[in-house]
Amino acid sequence: MTPLDSNDALVRLQDVRFAYGEREILSGIDFSVRRGQVVAIMGGSGCGKTTLLRLIGGQLCASGGTVSVAGQDLAGLSTGEMYALRRRMGMLFQFGALFTDMSVFDNVAFPLREHTDLPPALVHDLVMMKLNAVGLRGAAKLKPAELSGGMARRVALARAIALDPALIMYDEPFAGLDPISLGVIGQLIRKLNDALGASTIMVTHDIVESLQIVDYIYFIASGRIVAQGTPDEIRASRDPFVHQFIHAEADGPVPFHYPAAPLADSLIGRSSA
Amino acid sequence: MTGVLNLVRRLGAGVVEGVWRIGFATRFFLLLLRYSAQSLLRLHLTIREIYFSGVLSLLIIVVSGLFVGMVLGLQGYETLQRYGSSEALGVLVALSLTRELGPVVAALLFASRAGSAVTAEIGLMKTTEQLKAMDMMAVNPIARVVAPRFWGGVISMPLLAALFSAMGVFGGWLIGVVFIGVDEGAFWSQMQAAVDFRFDVLNGVIKSFVFGIAVALIAVFEGYDCTPTAEGVSRAITRTVVSSALAILALDFVLTSFMFRGQS
Repeated sequence: MTPLDSNDALVRLQDVRFAYGEREILSGIDFSVRRGQVVAIMGGSGCGKTTLLRLIGGQLCASGGTVSVAGQDLAGLSTGEMYALRRRMGMLFQFGALFTDMSVFDNVAFPLREHTDLPPALVHDLVMMKLNAVGLRGAAKLKPAELSGGMARRVALARAIALDPALIMYDEPFAGLDPISLGVIGQLIRKLNDALGASTIMVTHDIVESLQIVDYIYFIASGRIVAQGTPDEIRASRDPFVHQFIHAEADGPVPFHYPAAPLADSLIGRSSA
Repeated sequence: MTGVLNLVRRLGAGVVEGVWRIGFATRFFLLLLRYSAQSLLRLHLTIREIYFSGVLSLLIIVVSGLFVGMVLGLQGYETLQRYGSSEALGVLVALSLTRELGPVVAALLFASRAGSAVTAEIGLMKTTEQLKAMDMMAVNPIARVVAPRFWGGVISMPLLAALFSAMGVFGGWLIGVVFIGVDEGAFWSQMQAAVDFRFDVLNGVIKSFVFGIAVALIAVFEGYDCTPTAEGVSRAITRTVVSSALAILALDFVLTSFMFRGQS
């Protein structure tokens, strides 16, 4: 029951390649997300996870292959069509990316005010409902600078779901959070996805939290998908990369050392490395 | 030989980079104009920026204008009285200010005070991914963030320059008439007779409008184009102030040579 078998895919990437000039970041990526699914993209830092998210959000264009969201091939879309599609997406950036000159309330109200003509009373009620969903109704009047990292991310989450998106994307939602905030955000991601009937893609390297809340996991290393499966399949996997990742081993298929000449050579000055 | 080759290579790379940047800036300006209507229709966004760029620059403009006028009063009197024409002090102060000092000094101050602030704000919004977040929310950052700041600057600049000149004339009067004792009637009547609305005042306003476009465009472009790091933002702010100052002075020369050729 891999998602690739399903025709009901909200997001579908086929043989996608992405390169900055000569430097290849991603290659041969086949990836899909069905409606209602929470999918995690995992891998070490710098493996191309965030690039993949930006390709799906249309912020970057694939160098090869096709990226389609809700049946539309992103490569052929005009700016207007892309914006129309993005109104159905919500994205949570790693550090929230809240507008620092606006209050929490105005941040969450921003997409509503920009894209709808709702009367202020209705905007108020909607914002309060979204803030209530992330437990921060009481913080509506605060400025982003007055929030902790976890709270800022919850506000950004409320803003990302303001227009009830069909697809929610998270870039490292757990980075730098304490265990309580981490659990809270994890549960919110799952609950909001189910309540909105949306699909979720999250880029993360927090394996413990992710295994509890996601439906499917892709592992990326060196720009390729090296393993994939449901949480149970991943736990049972004998793939050396997955094993190293789950058990947080320092050395394995992902080497501890950045490629270099032998240490002895460096120490006695035979190499500049 | 290798050194020379490297030098040529670096020079070539610099030129290519410069041309690329000019092209990018032009494209940015065209996009800015394209989204301006959308932004100006929501007038409260631009009014807010007029407040931040214009109203908050009032203090520095008013105080500087006053001092520049007072210095002109002192220096002008010192020179004019040697030729027995100290009554022409009003003319000297008013012409210097409306034609040159008002637009130029006000624009230089505006670039340092408001231009740098706009660059820093947009640069930090870029660094903290606020612009990307806005773009992902299907809100165009050029229409929502850049265009209001640009028009806020363009509208504020001539008003600030006019205020600068007015304060300067007041400063000149304060020193010349009140403290030194130049005849008040002569001070004002000679000024009224010699300052032409079309050639002096209006040309000054046109100058400050052009400077406003230059400073505001440089400020928003440098912020939007900065490298999204602390160092990148700091460099962008420096570039805004330096490029604005050079642009103002170069444009002033060009405009002056067109406007006042064959006049007076």
